[in-house]
Amino acid sequence: MTEHDITLTVNGTEHDLTVEARTLLAHALRDELGYTGTNIGCESSLCGACTVHLDGEAVKSCTALAVQADGAEIRTVEGLADGDELHAIQRAFQEEHGLQCGYCTPGMMMTSVELLKENPNPTREEIREGLEGNLCRCTGYQNIVNAVENAAESLRSGAVADGGTVADDPTADDPTTTDGGESK
Amino acid sequence: MFPDEFDYYEATSVDEAIDLLAEHSGAETELLAGGHSLLPAMKSGLSSPDVLIDVGGIDDLHGVSVDGDTLVVGAMTSYSDLLDADAAHKHAPAFAAAVGQVGDEQVRNRGTIGGNLAHADPASDLPGAALASDATIVAEGPNGEREIPIDDYFFGMYATALDPGELVTRVEIPSAAGAAGAYAKKPSPSSGYAMVGIAALVETDGGTVTSARVGANGVLDHGVRLEAVEEALVGGSLDQESIEAAAAVATDGIDEAMMMSDLQASAEFRATLLEAYTKRALRATAENAAPRAAD
Repeated sequence: MTEHDITLTVNGTEHDLTVEARTLLAHALRDELGYTGTNIGCESSLCGACTVHLDGEAVKSCTALAVQADGAEIRTVEGLADGDELHAIQRAFQEEHGLQCGYCTPGMMMTSVELLKENPNPTREEIREGLEGNLCRCTGYQNIVNAVENAAESLRSGAVADGGTVADDPTADDPTTTDGGESK
Repeated sequence: MFPDEFDYYEATSVDEAIDLLAEHSGAETELLAGGHSLLPAMKSGLSSPDVLIDVGGIDDLHGVSVDGDTLVVGAMTSYSDLLDADAAHKHAPAFAAAVGQVGDEQVRNRGTIGGNLAHADPASDLPGAALASDATIVAEGPNGEREIPIDDYFFGMYATALDPGELVTRVEIPSAAGAAGAYAKKPSPSSGYAMVGIAALVETDGGTVTSARVGANGVLDHGVRLEAVEEALVGGSLDQESIEAAAAVATDGIDEAMMMSDLQASAEFRATLLEAYTKRALRATAENAAPRAAD
């Protein structure tokens, strides 16, 4: 068995930790660092509950080794809000009832944020395709699609805090622009 | 769910990866790329390697470029990075179409082209497209580099022409900028893997098909070309009638006894899907041919 010293920067906060080679990124985040907003669902890279951003891209953290993420910038659901101010996607999920039990929601939102960064004005079909890798067993998806549409509109009109995700903002992926992590 | 314990090494160059493979040749060793086939297999206990050599971070193996008439795809290029490259859509339309159908956004952000082809899952989306695109697998090992034509590459389920000491460094695809391509698949409702997937690449001249390559995955225990379909297409036009006629021979030359048969689909059902999805892939190819001809 090998152990490895790694550095993960999560929501702007740098963490040094020692992990077994087999430690999954999801477990390092949850069990070692306490970012329990990241849920673990199917354990087989299908359900997307464990989605986080790894160097700006949505990935399933149950299907990545923590050692593979050594040196990476990670953003979890805890890094979405700006202090007490919810991110547009969080407000939209709340307003549109985009969740019932809430288990899939952190992953849904992390995937949605990447989707809206790449495509600020998606059609409903594009939203469904973009969220193909996130399963919900409560809502029937209608309100989730509504929520992503709502957030897209808010972000485009600049009516709400963008939480650092507006597409044309060059600092969009810079986790230092949010304080979600520092407050931990 | 944890994988069993293993030793992990990160290779920073191809030479280092080859040295590590040689050094650990006595143990059960796996190369780790994006990990989207290997890690699920390790978590479920299907695979328990003693040693993992991570080649995903080797800079030289990333990126898509054009070299003369060849599209060169670094083995560790992720599906998403390939899809972001305009050259891939222009020069390898069938291959890019299949890559776009792999998994979902998060999977495409992590999984790699070389990892997929080295793993050789028969139900993956790339074997058929690699065959249709006449790709060449370039591998490097202790004896240097060698090129493996795709028609000699797939042996069986998870089995390829690669030697244990080798790794795939790049995939070379001859430019099909003048052709039209498409990929059509029937995904498993649960996993999204292809129960049947058909990739087609067709070149026409003045409305007549001059060459056609059609590859299938999900049908046999390895990707396979549908040569009877290819022969039926050449010399005709890519219209509804000739598409129907070509798809009608989709199962010719394929032994139904060798067809995959599992919980998802019986061999008999797969044979039906094979014809139906050959038709869909060819129809989509014909639709894609129109705007290309107008370019």
